[in-house]
Amino acid sequence: MKVTVDGRDIDAEPGRSIAAVLHADGLRSWRTTRVEGSPRGLFCGIGVCFDCLVTINGRPNLRACLITVREGDVIETQEGVGRA
Amino acid sequence: MVVVGAGIIGAAIAYECAIAGLSVAVLDRGPVAGGTTGAGEGNLLVSDKPPGPELDLAMMSLRRWREWSEEHEFEYEPKGGLVVASTPEGLKALDGLAAEQRTSGVESLGVAELAEYEPHLAPGLAGGVFYPQDAQVMPALAAAALLRHPRVTVHTGVTFTGLEGGERVTAARTDAGRVPCATVVNAAGTWAAEVAARCGSDVPVMPRRGFILVTEPLPRIVRHKVYAADYVADVGSDDAGLKTSPVVEGTAAGPVLIGASRERVGFDGRFSVPVLRRLAAQAIALFPVLAEVTVMRAYRGFRPYTPDHLPVIGPDAAVEGLWHACGHEGAGVGLAAATGLAVARGLTGADPGLDMSPFRPGRFA
Amino acid sequence: MPDADLAVIGAGPAGLAAAGAAARAGLTVVLLDPAERPGGQFYRHRDGDDGRGHHHWRDYLRLAGDLEGVHYLPGHRVWHAEPGEPHVLHCLAGNRDERPVTVRAAKIVLATGAHDRALPFPGWDLPGVMTAGGAQALWKGQGLPAGRRVVISGTGPFLLPVATGLLKAGARVAGVYEANRPSAALLPLALDPARAVEGAGYALALARHRVPYRTGRAVIAAHGEGRLESVTVARLDRDWQPVPGTEKIVTCDALAIGYGFTPQLELAVQLGCAVEDGPDGSAVITADAAQATTVPGVWAAGETLGVGGAVLAMATGALAGHAAAGTTPPGALLRRRARQRRLAAAIAAAWPVRDGWREWLRDDTVVCRCEEVDHGALKRAIADGARDVRSAKLLCRAGMGLCQGRVCGFPVARVLGVPDRPNRPVAQPVRLRDLAYPDTSRGEHR
Repeated sequence: MKVTVDGRDIDAEPGRSIAAVLHADGLRSWRTTRVEGSPRGLFCGIGVCFDCLVTINGRPNLRACLITVREGDVIETQEGVGRA
Repeated sequence: MVVVGAGIIGAAIAYECAIAGLSVAVLDRGPVAGGTTGAGEGNLLVSDKPPGPELDLAMMSLRRWREWSEEHEFEYEPKGGLVVASTPEGLKALDGLAAEQRTSGVESLGVAELAEYEPHLAPGLAGGVFYPQDAQVMPALAAAALLRHPRVTVHTGVTFTGLEGGERVTAARTDAGRVPCATVVNAAGTWAAEVAARCGSDVPVMPRRGFILVTEPLPRIVRHKVYAADYVADVGSDDAGLKTSPVVEGTAAGPVLIGASRERVGFDGRFSVPVLRRLAAQAIALFPVLAEVTVMRAYRGFRPYTPDHLPVIGPDAAVEGLWHACGHEGAGVGLAAATGLAVARGLTGADPGLDMSPFRPGRFA
Repeated sequence: MPDADLAVIGAGPAGLAAAGAAARAGLTVVLLDPAERPGGQFYRHRDGDDGRGHHHWRDYLRLAGDLEGVHYLPGHRVWHAEPGEPHVLHCLAGNRDERPVTVRAAKIVLATGAHDRALPFPGWDLPGVMTAGGAQALWKGQGLPAGRRVVISGTGPFLLPVATGLLKAGARVAGVYEANRPSAALLPLALDPARAVEGAGYALALARHRVPYRTGRAVIAAHGEGRLESVTVARLDRDWQPVPGTEKIVTCDALAIGYGFTPQLELAVQLGCAVEDGPDGSAVITADAAQATTVPGVWAAGETLGVGGAVLAMATGALAGHAAAGTTPPGALLRRRARQRRLAAAIAAAWPVRDGWREWLRDDTVVCRCEEVDHGALKRAIADGARDVRSAKLLCRAGMGLCQGRVCGFPVARVLGVPDRPNRPVAQPVRLRDLAYPDTSRGEHR
């Protein structure tokens, strides 16, 4: 299935988590922290650490490791608190 | 001298006494700021107090807090408070209160266009009053900063067990040995009645439970401390039942804090989902944009209240050398600076700068 | 009226066993789990999984296939558990576009499992550094390797299946660094045939792929610009202090770290269950011989009582199910629990976390990942009078972020020298609207 990451079309294997889709695409970080602006991605992988936050279909700060991908998902990397 | 309690009140007293030249040992059975200080938002409010002794104390305190903030770092934020009314009658009452407060030195400004102050406020509110003097600090950091004074030593994890001496105090007894001193100040906050009892005295300080919701970090969508006019009535209420009124404020660190609830349930520390639900619903009513925001945590504290809702500050009526400084209810952080000044001045024989008689410990007898 | 006689929270080995045993004894059972499929962390799997790479997979299939009479609610996160008659579970259903659901049950079995324990070191916040369990979940749940060339570091037998999982996923494993030197302590495990066979299988796989397995060593720093490029491995003394001059750089694009597991106790604490120090330094639920907690009508099972593996979890789960139903458990279950507990105690003793890891920290090393609090700030908070995890949080913000100290709680407690006691009244982020306006229709029932 197809999804977009920051406007770029990528292939996603159905059944995978958003984090796995991004990881399979070679991404290792998809947000920056709000104090230092440090890059973060997967850490605990099971919904505990809140490092892998991402914006999906306009909703920020979702845990990418917990959410199963859907056709047409609009995935956006995010900065800081994840909201304008 | 010995101060029992390493919360904001104990820290303020220790700091002001140290500046006055005294050496101070601060004891706490827990850590620094482990009680009510660590469970509050850190309000320095004048807006919520009708004219009277508490407002006078708050005004004196505000000046001292401002001076402290120039010397110490504790996230002092003079962001101002916005009190809103939903009905024209409510707004009229609010304007009336503001006019009375002005005679005590409280600055305020009627606000017709609320959106200029808070763009995300719900539409349809009648109006509000802005109080530029209202401020906020991070209370645990403030307590820690004050306790760093070189003439103050802090003994955490030490339990005060009683006084030594006959006519006059000669030492404080603790589970880690005795500390010789001529003065003991009971700054044990919500637990002050217990400490007074260990000194053979009593102060009528009781707990009033409150919860606060903390959102995920956000951009500054709430600029000030914003609360509904009902809050003033709840603060002074004698009702034992649950009182909630919306109090919403953004913080420098990012999260929005949502209060406020008041219940008299003793030291029952359990969480109450119905209270959390009410706080959430009231916050959304004030700021609809918060509906989609997540709450990441919640905490509860016990405010120390007295029968007349005024703090207890001054020498014990019977035990020479014992002082009390407790029972500040939900205003302890705001009133801490003046409390510290008044106790330090009292102990050194100086003029407290304010009529302290409304706060005297013996008034309940 | 409660929705069910029993709510089992967690659909891993313990929860599945509890739900099955209680349902067979005649209770109406609701089984709640945050994941979209059963199995928990231990039996995390994906569509078409043939069970290779899982131990006791047949036991799992038996448990998961025997849920008749159990109302299974996948994708349900409990954000608050309120004790009472009945107990009330406030949940969020669905991991996106979630909706609030309330479940009421006369009795509860807590089978909420555990998550990885990580220790901080310079660079552990670089992308590419993951927990061992995270790397394992990526393989078992998603079929992906954590990286091309992976280093594994930490302590405990769990590092071995993580290594073999990565090999199966197609990664190169550049080294497995076990901080302890657990040679003699392994003897009790050799007496357990199943574990001996399992261990031999891992050893064989590592040997076949020429994966270095080094004891008494650990990754003490990670390096890279924006993502992981290499790590520093050092020899450790008995207390885990790095031995100067033994550092070497190993290039890698992923690092999996695991220093044991922390039981997930927030719901237990919300219900008022007493907790105590477990054998490995993390808190566990206090429970009696019948798996009963200190709160009436609440039982505990699995890793919430201390980490012991799937076999022990299934045994304590079944026992909790029997206890909740008031039926007498088979004696074999009690014997299995006793035996597995002895093994778990031996494992905890053989793979402790020693305090020397604190020497890996520099002042600018991030300790709290959420709030980006460094070790220097934590030390200043301690100088200012922080004496427990809560006061440390107030004085330096460690643990004040979204994970609520789940990740930094253990290391911060160790630096303070106090027990880590979880207290999270809101266990999952909940939207204000879902908090304000809960669903009144309760859980869906078939």
